[in-house]
Amino acid sequence: MDSVPLLSVRGVCKRFPGVLALQDVSLDLPAGQVHALVGENGAGKSTLIKVLTGVHRADEGEIAYDGRPVDFHQPKQAQQAGISTIYQEVNLIPLMSVARNLFLGREPRRFGLIDLPRMNREASETLARYGVHVDVRKPLRSLGLGAQQMVALARAVAIDAKLLIMDEPTSSLEPREVETLFGVVRELSQRHISILYVSHRLDELYRLCDEVTVLRDGRVVHTGPLAAIDKLTLISKMLGRDLGGDGVTKFTHDRRAALPGPPQLRAEGMDKRNLLHDISFEVRRGEVVGLGGLLGSGRSETAKAIVGALPVDRGSVWVGGRRLARLSTAAAIKAGMAMLPEDRKAEGIIADLSVRENIVLAAMPSLHRAGLVSRRRQDQIVDVFMKRLRIKASSPQQRVGELSGGNQQKVLLARWLCLNPRVLLLDEPTRGIDVGAKAEVQALIDELARAGLAVVLISSDLEELVEGADRVVLLKAGAVVGELAGDQVDEHAVMGMLAHG
Amino acid sequence: MTVPADAVSGRRELVAGFVQRHGALAVLALSVVTASLVFESFASFDNASGIAIQSSFLVIVAIGMTFVIICGGIDLSVGSVFALGGVLAAYASRWGTLPALVVPLAVCGAIGLLNGVLIARLRLAPFIVTLASLLGARGLLLSITDEGASTYLVPRESSFVEIGRGTLWGLGYPVFLALALAALAGLVLQRSRFGQSIFAIGGSQDAAAMMGVPVARMKVLTYTLSGLLAGLAGTLNAARLGSGVTILGVGLELDAIAAVVIGGTLLIGGAGTISGTLSGVLLLGVIQNVINQIGNLGSSYQLVTSGAFLAVVVVVQTYLSRTQRLH
Ligand SMILES: Nc1ncnc2c1ncn2[C@@H]1O[C@H](COP(=O)(O)OP(=O)(O)OP(=O)(O)O)[C@@H](O)[C@H]1O
Ligand SMILES: [Mg+2]
Repeated sequence: MDSVPLLSVRGVCKRFPGVLALQDVSLDLPAGQVHALVGENGAGKSTLIKVLTGVHRADEGEIAYDGRPVDFHQPKQAQQAGISTIYQEVNLIPLMSVARNLFLGREPRRFGLIDLPRMNREASETLARYGVHVDVRKPLRSLGLGAQQMVALARAVAIDAKLLIMDEPTSSLEPREVETLFGVVRELSQRHISILYVSHRLDELYRLCDEVTVLRDGRVVHTGPLAAIDKLTLISKMLGRDLGGDGVTKFTHDRRAALPGPPQLRAEGMDKRNLLHDISFEVRRGEVVGLGGLLGSGRSETAKAIVGALPVDRGSVWVGGRRLARLSTAAAIKAGMAMLPEDRKAEGIIADLSVRENIVLAAMPSLHRAGLVSRRRQDQIVDVFMKRLRIKASSPQQRVGELSGGNQQKVLLARWLCLNPRVLLLDEPTRGIDVGAKAEVQALIDELARAGLAVVLISSDLEELVEGADRVVLLKAGAVVGELAGDQVDEHAVMGMLAHG
Repeated sequence: MTVPADAVSGRRELVAGFVQRHGALAVLALSVVTASLVFESFASFDNASGIAIQSSFLVIVAIGMTFVIICGGIDLSVGSVFALGGVLAAYASRWGTLPALVVPLAVCGAIGLLNGVLIARLRLAPFIVTLASLLGARGLLLSITDEGASTYLVPRESSFVEIGRGTLWGLGYPVFLALALAALAGLVLQRSRFGQSIFAIGGSQDAAAMMGVPVARMKVLTYTLSGLLAGLAGTLNAARLGSGVTILGVGLELDAIAAVVIGGTLLIGGAGTISGTLSGVLLLGVIQNVINQIGNLGSSYQLVTSGAFLAVVVVVQTYLSRTQRLH
């Protein structure tokens, strides 16, 4: 092996007001190595990446890259030095076309002008290799999150880099896309390109990575070959305690019996041109119904249609036996429905407001008495949920935009849970959440269902879906293709139905 | 089930995008046709060339404003800078044509540069910074004209006036210059890295920085450009009038912003076109002309009409960007 690693980090510290995000962090990354960086939400993974790539500057410590000490002031300098990064949230420009996003800063030119036909052609070709077949002249925001992530990947790889850094690249990908990404990573590592890889999906790490570094509260608590450490030990190093149980998901495995009575939620004949076709299903009190299907099957759209966030051409929704007069988000909330949306950045979190304000936002109308909102009551609620979900923030007054990605997700979850809803729709509730908190969230879903809530669960994590749901409704191309209940619910059955149904 | 879902929503999005981009052009065409049917005098060459020359100065200012708004900012100083440019040009014309061009451009460019540095490097709000330079430029103008009392005249024999008054095929030189600048600006916006950076910054400043766009430098460049163009428009106007009129340009920044927004550029940044801005300026010009034709209507009606247009456009824009976002 090379004697001098490609990247060498020594004693890096980074302070934010109120938090020490990184303390004395050291890390070596030889050429061609795939290095996993793991830790709980808020452990400092993204901060380390931002320090490495010039988004933030380290307060102390040295970084050497390619044998020379470096001090990047701007992401551009890191890129020029050959460090290509996919940051945690997809960081592209939604309004610009797919091709322009892919090529921004290195557009092919002819006579000094951007060669649009060539750029669009090359963009189509490149993306096709990543399994994304779209009109590259359309704005990026018209793509699904997974496809956007693939564009970010294609962009990062296209920049001729020696080091590729990926911060939770798979959190919004479908299994097929994950395989594509793995293929890319393996090929790069064979070409002697180093990779720093952050993910909360431990199975992925074991398939992909050579070494692992564990961060806890901004410190390195372990570093070494991944093969030498088993999953449970790794988890306990991340959490600083044992998770208990057999690890994988925290759902109780026995299925709940739905409570008797009329269905709590009934959706009937939901129709939206080219998106949804006559979708009907019901959820009883105390029942968790999973919506299964692949990308573009209409899972998220169905949930959005039910809560009135996506206008439909036809269809009706009953809650607790009463039909909603019209489908709108306001009516849905009033009827006791709450929905956790998939895209937290675009549809939920308000980065400039505090943790507290973000949590009580939706509950405001139900908290007030004669127009006044009790501050004490708010504080109580916020306190309960911050503890329960272990939201890591310096105080409830901290700006949500300053929280780590996973903690933002928890804040959003808390917002909908504190509404005390009758029907809860969860679209990818554990995306970006660390193993410890994931177990916590799953246990919470379980508990809520037992208390009589009707839950609709959407997850691209098949395991989570199968273990969390009492019944799974399978969708394909916007239509219901089958349903599995009770003991029928397992991964093979779901896969089989999706393949043949 | 034969058409894939995203093909149709894609088509709708294209239609919405098309209306957003070319809506102003459609309204412009409609207004021109209506006006020609109603007023005989409207559809004459003289009248058209009058509208063209009057609009050409606003076009030049609005080009700079388009860049600024696309990159997510605003430039309130252009009206004052326009007036200052005119006065400086008239003043410097006593030394010859070249100084009459160079002096105002240098000063106005410097004001734009200052705006840019304060906004991009010190991260001050564009609204406040350019409001300050609006006042500052006005003050500078008053101080060199003895509180507005003295008006500098361009020497009669100076070839400088030719730039503003000369015509080709019956159209004033400024019209050609404005068109050439618009074409160039459109090219820069769509087909240069600078243009792409502007869109990226306006679309999402943080993402742009993370994608390697030198955000601060591009912003400084944008505001400098806006100052330069406003100064150039003022200079041309002085050449045309043969003097530096101090009271000109008050409220010009609002006309420019209105034209840009009517032309389909998003006020929040990230999207827009020069061709739209061109239509927006012409639309304002036509409205003004029509109101002049009616004669007995006061100029206040012009404001009301422009205002109504602006309101309608903003409503339509919001609606369109919502349909586009639905998917
Ligand atoms: N801009 C900022 N201002 C203040 N505090 C910040 C800022 N960015 C991050 N932090 C804090 O630094 C700590 C580490 O955050 P970081 O985003 O690095 O976590 P992470 O390990 O990436 O977590 P996750 O798995 O949730 O993405 C957190 O406590 C976070 O609140
Ligand atoms: Mg992170």
